[in-house]
Amino acid sequence: MSSKQSDRREFLKRGAALAGGLGLAAAKPASGQLPDPEGMIVGTDDLVAYGKRSRFEDSKRIPHGGRHSPDAFGLDFHIAAPLQESVGVITPSSLHYVGTTRGSYVPDIDPANHRLMIHGLVDRELVFTVEELRRFPSVTRLHFIECAGNRSRSSHTTVQETHGMTSCAEWTGVLLSTLLEEAGVQDGGEWIVAEGVEEVKGASTIPINKAMDDCILCYGMNGEAVRPQQGYPLRLLVPGFEGIFNVKWLRRIKVVDQYYMTYNDYGHLTQDPATAALGYQIGPKSVITFPSGSQRLPEPGFYEISGLAWSGGGKVARVEISTDGGRTWQDADIRGEPQPMAHTRFSMNWTWGGNACELQSRCTDELGQIQPSRAQVAAFWNQPPDQPVRVKGQDNSIQPWRIDADGSVHNAIA
Amino acid sequence: MRLLKLSGLLLLAVGVCAQAQSPTYGLGRTPTAEEVAAWDIAISPDGKELPAGSGTVAEGEELYVLKTCFVCHGLNGSGATAPRLIKRDVGEVDDPWDYGRVLPIRSPYATTVWDYINRGMPLGMEGTLTPDEVYSIVAYLLFLNDVIEEDVVLDQDSLPKIEMPNRNNFARVPDWFPGQPRLEGYPY
Repeated sequence: MSSKQSDRREFLKRGAALAGGLGLAAAKPASGQLPDPEGMIVGTDDLVAYGKRSRFEDSKRIPHGGRHSPDAFGLDFHIAAPLQESVGVITPSSLHYVGTTRGSYVPDIDPANHRLMIHGLVDRELVFTVEELRRFPSVTRLHFIECAGNRSRSSHTTVQETHGMTSCAEWTGVLLSTLLEEAGVQDGGEWIVAEGVEEVKGASTIPINKAMDDCILCYGMNGEAVRPQQGYPLRLLVPGFEGIFNVKWLRRIKVVDQYYMTYNDYGHLTQDPATAALGYQIGPKSVITFPSGSQRLPEPGFYEISGLAWSGGGKVARVEISTDGGRTWQDADIRGEPQPMAHTRFSMNWTWGGNACELQSRCTDELGQIQPSRAQVAAFWNQPPDQPVRVKGQDNSIQPWRIDADGSVHNAIA
Repeated sequence: MRLLKLSGLLLLAVGVCAQAQSPTYGLGRTPTAEEVAAWDIAISPDGKELPAGSGTVAEGEELYVLKTCFVCHGLNGSGATAPRLIKRDVGEVDDPWDYGRVLPIRSPYATTVWDYINRGMPLGMEGTLTPDEVYSIVAYLLFLNDVIEEDVVLDQDSLPKIEMPNRNNFARVPDWFPGQPRLEGYPY
C-alpha cells in the first residue's frame, strides 16, 4: 500500500467517525424526545437476498384441531393463521393457514420434474410442464380459502382458534377453463376429479360448471412462487368452495361423467340435502379481529373496531356491527374494493365508555345471503333452545365477543 | 350446381367446427397410454378404472396383520388411534347410517373403500399394496361389516356390483351454478 493510499484511508476513517458523531448528535436532539433505536440490523447476504420481519414482531401460526403440528414424524395437520394481528386483507404466505387431509408430509417437489396431466372425457389428453403452464395467459386474483373445520367453539379463547382456518392471498396462474378448452371437454364431461401428488394423493370431485367458471391453476402466491405448504409448485384454487377442494401439489385433472365419491368427497357425506348444500359453497361470514378474544382494551376511549368479511357466493356487499349483543346494528365502513370470494376488511369508529358490552359483526354478500346468528341457525333446524347450537354444514354463524368492564375480551359463544 | 353449392356450405360448416375445436396455444404434449394408466387411480362408482386382480376374505384377514393395519386400527377394527373399521355394535337397525362413520359400511360404494386403501394405505408405505392385496383387504373389511359372505371373491367385475347398505341412502351434492345461493331460504 502506498503512503498516499494509507493517508486517504486514515482520512476516510476520521470522516466516518465525524459523520457518526454528527449522526449521533442528530439522533439525540437537546429535547431528548425522539426515541433511540434499539441498535442496528447488521446487513447480511441472506437479508439482502430475502428480507425478514422485525424481531419485535412475533405474530405466529398455531396447531389447530386438537392435534399437534408437526407431529413426531414431521407431519402437518391443521395450522391456524393469527387473525388477531392481521391488517389489510392479504395473509402473508408464511402465516397462511394450512390444512391437510389426515396429517401429511409436505412434498419436496422439484418443479422441473413436476407434470400436470389433463385427461378423461377430452378431445386431446395433455401433459404440461410447469414451465409450459407459465406460458399460458395468466390471471392474478385475490381469493380466500377456508377449511370446513373453521368452527367457533365455546372452549376457544382467541379469534385464531375460532376463525384462524381461513386466509386470503393474491393468487396467480392459468384459468382452468383455458386448459380445459385447450383439451376440449367432450359431451358428458359433467365433473372433474382433481388430484395431488402427496402420499395420500388427495382427490376431490368438482362440478364442470365450477371448473369452467373461475378455478385457477396457481403457481404464484403473494408475488412469488406458491409455498410448499400451499401446494408448490402447483395448486388448484376453487374460489368459494370449502378448503379441501383446493387441491395442492396438483398433478392430474380428469374430466369424468359422474360424481366419483373419492375419500375427500366421502368426508362430506350426509343424509340430508340441506346439510349437503351447506357443506359445499361457503356462506357469507365475518369476524371482528380487533377487539377479539383474549385481547384487552387498556382504557375507555376511542378504538377502531376492525374485522374481516368474506363469502363463497361472491363479493361482500355489506357488513354491520352491533355493540349491544345484536339488538341494534350499524353499517361498518368497507376498506378497499371488495373482490369476489376474497377477504374484505371492514371497520367502525367506536368510543368505548368502559361498560361491559358485546360486539358482533354480520356480513351480507352480493347474492343477498345474510350471515345468521347462532339462534337463527338453531331455529332453522328446530333445535331445542336449551341445548348448545349445532351448526350443520360449514359454520358461518355470527361470532360474539364480550367485553368486560375491565376491558378484557372473551368468546361469548354459549 | 345447387347440390355443389350446398355441399360447399356443408364443408365450410365442418371446417369451422374443426377449427373451433382445435387447440389455441399448442402447448403441452400427448401422454402415452402407459402414463395415463399409471396415474389413473381414481375409481369411479362403476369401477371402470379398477385393475385386474382378485382377493379373498381369508387373504385379507392375513394381510390386515401382515401389512400392520391392526397397529392403528385395532385387531378387531376398533379401539386404536385410527378411524374404526367395524360398524358400531347397535344390533339390528332400520337405518344403516346408525352404524356410525365407518368407511366400509357407510360408504355408498365399495369402490371408495378400494380407492382409498390403494392410494392412501398403509400409513407411511402408501402405494406399496398390489391390486390383489387391495382386493383382499377390502373383502375382509366388507366381510367384517356383514356386507359380503366369507366366500366372495372380489375383482374388477364383482367389486362395483356390491350393494352397499347406503347405496341410495345419502344426499347428492347440489347442482352448482355461478351466482347461486348455497341454500335458498337459509336461514332467512
